Amino acid sequence: MTSRPLYHLLDVCFELSPDFALTIDDWQHSAGQTLCLVGPAGAGKTTFLKVLTGLISLQTGSIEFDGHGWSQGVASIDDSRRIALVPQRPLLLSRSVRANVEYGLQLRGFRADDWIKELLHRLGLEKLAAKSAQTLSGGQTQLVAIARALALRPTVLLLDEPTANLDPASVGLVEQVLEEMRQRHRTTLIWATHNMFQARRVADRVALLLAGRIVEISARDDFFHRPVDPRTQDFVNGRMVY
Amino acid sequence: MESVLHEILPIVILSLAVSLTAVLISCVLGMPLGVCLALSRMRGRSIIKALAFSGMAMPPVVVGLLLYLLLSRSGWLGEWQWLFTTRAMILAQVILDLPFVIGITLTAVEAVPEELQFQLQSLGATPWQLRWTLLGESRNGLMLAAMTALGRGLSEVGAVLMVGGNIEGHTRVLTTAILLETGRGRFAIAVSLGAILLTLALAINLAFIKLRRQTSR
Repeated sequence: MTSRPLYHLLDVCFELSPDFALTIDDWQHSAGQTLCLVGPAGAGKTTFLKVLTGLISLQTGSIEFDGHGWSQGVASIDDSRRIALVPQRPLLLSRSVRANVEYGLQLRGFRADDWIKELLHRLGLEKLAAKSAQTLSGGQTQLVAIARALALRPTVLLLDEPTANLDPASVGLVEQVLEEMRQRHRTTLIWATHNMFQARRVADRVALLLAGRIVEISARDDFFHRPVDPRTQDFVNGRMVY
Repeated sequence: MESVLHEILPIVILSLAVSLTAVLISCVLGMPLGVCLALSRMRGRSIIKALAFSGMAMPPVVVGLLLYLLLSRSGWLGEWQWLFTTRAMILAQVILDLPFVIGITLTAVEAVPEELQFQLQSLGATPWQLRWTLLGESRNGLMLAAMTALGRGLSEVGAVLMVGGNIEGHTRVLTTAILLETGRGRFAIAVSLGAILLTLALAINLAFIKLRRQTSR
């Protein structure tokens, strides 16, 4: 796989509250790779993903995306439209499932009926297409949120616990669809998960976040079999108490 | 019977025309303002909000009096020659309707979770697309704003009487006609006009409920 830096974060600090700040000293990520962010609840995984959307203004530091610098961490509309986020608790519009999936394309003035149909079919949402999104279960809502992000064929897909509300069969389906997407469109995936087994299945690289800082980041096998930092060793072996 | 109908029909039509025009103008001005206030983080926002909400309690007679003074020949807007015309009545109703439209729109948009705004931006919404989408998400509140304004306009008497003058065939509307007929002791006609007003209000509300059901689907 050819690798070129897609993201480069330097001396980034984002204070979410007086007692929590995300601090990234120097982090780079190559295009087409899948990075899994792991760490305990409250470690900063969601905040990290939000910073990567380019929609949040930073107090300090710089972000470079595909060679473009973002002023105070805020992306231009062109860059931000190359990035899509699947949030942990997705909120859908009071429209049909299909209209929700088409929403992002509609914002860009595009129509792609066949692609939307294919996505709905792949994610098992075909029969729900005309149904109001407000009547869906948590799992179905999560699938629609994944579909609406995939519909955009983004350069970067930021996934915040995308399978947290899904049954095992749907988890397998989502992982498969995302892998297909990655291969077909060379999508870069940055995937926050609590599930170590999932990280082992999908990641090229894994990063451990603790208290808003990256403790260790390495290739998947190194991370799980040869962790350097003692905190990573504890985390991987389930000995970390938090 | 025919002569009564001949007398009442223009009054009903004028009442609807004045109030619907005022609601339309209030919605065009007030809804974007309500959305901007709900989304803006500018300084003085709470003062504007407080003004909008206080405006809901504005006494129509006071609005009528101030407008009368402004539009009278010696007033600042006397050149317009709007006093005792339907334009003055529409203007009075717009002033009375606007706080309701702004206040209810603002409350409806503020009720949309802030996280939804972030998620829509993450799907590529520009600030204007975001505002437009949030307006759509607040559609029940917006319909309520329009209906409340219409209800207020149709039932308003003090301001339209002062600036309209209750001139037969020109500025006489249902409420001012009821007042006049009661004064004349023609209670049957006054009650009939009242019944028409209530029927109109009921029909408009039924239409609102039906529209709300359709848009909620």
